[in-house]
Amino acid sequence: MNHAQKAEIFNKDEAKVNWHDKALWYVREKRDTAAHGVKGWEHLRDLASGIKAHVLSNLDEYLITFEKNAQKNGITVHWASNAEEHNKIVNKILADNNAKKVVKSKSMLTEECHLNPYLESKGIEVVDTDLGEYIVQIAKETPSHIVLPAIHKTKEEVDSLFQEHLGTTPSNGNPEYLTHEARKHLRAKFLEADAAITGVNFAIAETGGFVVCTNEGNADMGAHSAKIHIACMGMEKLIPKEAHLGIFLRLLARSATGQPITTYSSHFNKPGPESQMHIVIVDNGRTEQLSREDFRSSLHCIRCGACMNTCPIYRRSGGHSYDATIPGPIGSILSPGKDLTKHSSLPFASTLCGSCSNVCPVKINIHEQLYKWRQLITKDVKQPFIKKTILKMTGKVLSNPKLYGFGGRSVRFILKYAPRFLVYSKLNAWGKARELPKIKNGNFDQWYKEKRKN
Amino acid sequence: MRVGLFIPCYINQLYPQVAIATLEVLEKLGVDVYYPSGQTCCGQPLGNSGYEEDAKGACQVFVENFKEYDYIVGPSGSCIYHVKKHFDILEQTPDVIKVRNNAFELCEFIVKVLGKKDLGASFPYKVGLHKSCHGLRGLKLGSCSERMDAHYSTEEDLLAHVKGLELMSLTRKDECCGFGGTFAVFEEAISVKMGRDRIQDHLNNDVEVITGADHSCLMHLEGLVNRKKQPLRVMHIAEILNSSI
Repeated sequence: MNHAQKAEIFNKDEAKVNWHDKALWYVREKRDTAAHGVKGWEHLRDLASGIKAHVLSNLDEYLITFEKNAQKNGITVHWASNAEEHNKIVNKILADNNAKKVVKSKSMLTEECHLNPYLESKGIEVVDTDLGEYIVQIAKETPSHIVLPAIHKTKEEVDSLFQEHLGTTPSNGNPEYLTHEARKHLRAKFLEADAAITGVNFAIAETGGFVVCTNEGNADMGAHSAKIHIACMGMEKLIPKEAHLGIFLRLLARSATGQPITTYSSHFNKPGPESQMHIVIVDNGRTEQLSREDFRSSLHCIRCGACMNTCPIYRRSGGHSYDATIPGPIGSILSPGKDLTKHSSLPFASTLCGSCSNVCPVKINIHEQLYKWRQLITKDVKQPFIKKTILKMTGKVLSNPKLYGFGGRSVRFILKYAPRFLVYSKLNAWGKARELPKIKNGNFDQWYKEKRKN
Repeated sequence: MRVGLFIPCYINQLYPQVAIATLEVLEKLGVDVYYPSGQTCCGQPLGNSGYEEDAKGACQVFVENFKEYDYIVGPSGSCIYHVKKHFDILEQTPDVIKVRNNAFELCEFIVKVLGKKDLGASFPYKVGLHKSCHGLRGLKLGSCSERMDAHYSTEEDLLAHVKGLELMSLTRKDECCGFGGTFAVFEEAISVKMGRDRIQDHLNNDVEVITGADHSCLMHLEGLVNRKKQPLRVMHIAEILNSSI
């Protein structure tokens, strides 16, 4: 099923759509208020975008510098060219240390690599410790949003899920109670974990350290209680200097949730005594995206999710309609680079309204890239015959004033005289919920000929 | 100053009253305005659907029709945006560059080029302004709610001078209506939901007439309003600026 079909199903429950839309719009408004509180917000965005562009242009050097400095600190650095290699590396680290129980804080990269099912197939228990991630994990679903993974679930749905999996008592969706129960359950998991996996928000080339941002402190809890910390990062996560965090940390949380800063911005620089720290740097299609000039800046993304919260289509179609690890506008320009055919409907799941590009803290021209993907998709992916034929014919008609005149007359004739049941047939998607314009007299060409002389 | 009047294809065929109002507003302002008869369409429906290459013919026809004018003015932000932004697919001859630089959306032309805001119109109704995305975020006809810039709005500047008109505030100032060209058909469910939500915002804020500078969005909203027989009228901003009720 493509995005439109999935979104149509999501829209069958209008009350839920309204709730989903309002919940995310509330986050968008919080973001607006937070951004208004920062003098020079637009300047910060310019700086962040410039730094990211600079890093991408010099990625080879920054990666090597980062590796060198990380190794100096006693961190083991691994390189993975794709998801499979990434998963094997993580598994090998765990196997070498006989680690069977793993706690994992939020990492979209490990979602992208499908790490959990891989490790589970090797007999390893992986528990997602971010509350939202934990909810989708026990529901056997995928995150529908990169910052709010379980935003598609109401608190009542979480209540019944917890009853089933944690044996909680019915609470009518009481958030305090449910969070408390999850915390109790997760605390045990933290204490018995052999290893902790985290993502990486920012890797700093000059120090060889990295920063992980969470609101729940679950990354710290995991990394500090287990002897092995494995941090998985996409290779575009680099920034040159620690000082640049002053730009990115101010933008990230405000854009994501409207908070001035995440509750925890944890700096990891070297392993603790008798502990190991590993970083797995992953390509998995990023080099290829880097080579596409029109789409390169999609790698600026710092995964704040602001484009999802503002997107009127995302808010009304839900993240799962995108059928991709990263949903929403940013996902719709990243995913086609990975599998053009599978994700060919995503760049069309947009009105090109441009709100995503305006909220993006690193100024990715998302809606312009959606337009560009569309041009490539119609060339490289088989298109529905009727859609293609109509549009190709339209091109011919519009390039010929006489044909255009004839076409215009025909359309007006049909709209004026054809019986309603014919015009509003099943083939007319416009007319399912909308009236067509009422035709009264001639067109403007005729009016002008009669009333004005050039 | 010779001005070429660009009337988008769907306005020419389906909404001639919008074209007439546009022409009359420009004439009232003393503009030397001409309507080239061989014009068809800017090619936007094709470009936005991924068939930019097939739009080249339409783009060429556009340039041929308008290359001799000092300004090209049309009552549609998205079409003008397409000319300015996406005519990069043509070879950039002096004619193409001239046409792209001199194309203006109607309100922007009146306020920025002519320097006029009060057109002597009167329209005693409660009006809600739909800020169409391509005009707003593309042509920058106004400040956008996402950006931390000072507030301004070209359309509001004009509507503020219309006698009797009460501009109603909306809860979501500039959310997309869900038209989006072929999106309206191929993503029908979301498109309709977005339009309905926009209309409800206008109704909740006591709007009697929805207006805007892009009639394609208005066609979509009007289609929804008419199907549900809701107590709202939908009019292009040119019709309001041309009113003397």
